Amino acid sequence: MNKKFDNNIPIYLQIIDEIKIMIASGSLKLGEKLPSVRELAQNLGVNPNTIQRAFSVLEQEGLVFAERTAGRYITNDEVIVMNLKENLATEELNKFLDYMKKIGFTKEEIIEKIKNSKRSDD
Amino acid sequence: MANIVEVKNFSKYYGKKLVLKDLNFTIPKGQIVGLFGENGCGKTTLLKTMAGLLKDYTGEILIDSEKIGVHTKSVVSYLPDISYFNKNMTPKKAIDIFSDFYSDFDRKKALSIIQDLGLNENMKILKMSKGMQEKFSIAMVMSRKAKLYILDEPLGGIDSTARDYILDTIIKNYNEDSSILLSTHLINDVERIFDKAIFIKDGSIVLNEYVDVIREEKGMSIDKLFREVYR
Repeated sequence: MNKKFDNNIPIYLQIIDEIKIMIASGSLKLGEKLPSVRELAQNLGVNPNTIQRAFSVLEQEGLVFAERTAGRYITNDEVIVMNLKENLATEELNKFLDYMKKIGFTKEEIIEKIKNSKRSDD
Repeated sequence: MANIVEVKNFSKYYGKKLVLKDLNFTIPKGQIVGLFGENGCGKTTLLKTMAGLLKDYTGEILIDSEKIGVHTKSVVSYLPDISYFNKNMTPKKAIDIFSDFYSDFDRKKALSIIQDLGLNENMKILKMSKGMQEKFSIAMVMSRKAKLYILDEPLGGIDSTARDYILDTIIKNYNEDSSILLSTHLINDVERIFDKAIFIKDGSIVLNEYVDVIREEKGMSIDKLFREVYR
């Protein structure tokens, strides 16, 4: 995980976002064990309470579950992960569309623009 | 009790000069609190008092539910702003002394931190660079199993690599039931480790808030807010 944080945004939110991306992209797999609060706090150089808070939110959202003594795991539910991916994509897409509309593009022009995009990784 | 520290109506005079005015705050167990303020604002005076080194003050300070006294020294591990180790000493000797002095001192831990930090246990302190001396002091202070660590400017005058090392050492070695009160003027590099921030200005507390609440409500870093408050 990236160790550089933006000090203007609560750090637990940045950790949640990062873990969500790792789940969506599959770099954290279904049912995979997460590092302990302490381990992750040390690796990221942040307060353990911050990690605890991030984990609680991920638990509330059903992305992570805790086994009483054995630690925390990524959900085994494929549907939850698919929904997560969908939500992240929609969020990002909306941001992009809002911006494009703001600078004067119509929907058709935006689609055309995407088709003709010359990004090397397309 | 959920608070390791309770400060009520605390004031401190030096002669006729009022240096700290009617401070009220608590430190919950298991939290890391940053104490910020410009030079001369009274941070060191407050920390010294909490460590039991200054006695004449008004108001009340409870640490681990007790007034400052013998009990304080047994539960507080204090890093003063100025090194108090005899410069002719080696880390090895200092470890012997700490082992005799503090029943909660973990000799093995001290040796392992000193090794991790790349220090030589047989090198005299006077031969060490400033950064090495600071690392050594932190190793000693964090090797006690204290309920409260009071760290006065542990990051002063050292380069950013050594700073990261020291921060990591602090995070790795405090246990989650204990609390830390850390003063610094270098907020930007360290603000990721705090639960709470206390700002002192002209002897008074002008802010006492959870850092995430500050970031959420104001959309700014603690460093930025500090600069606004002290402009």
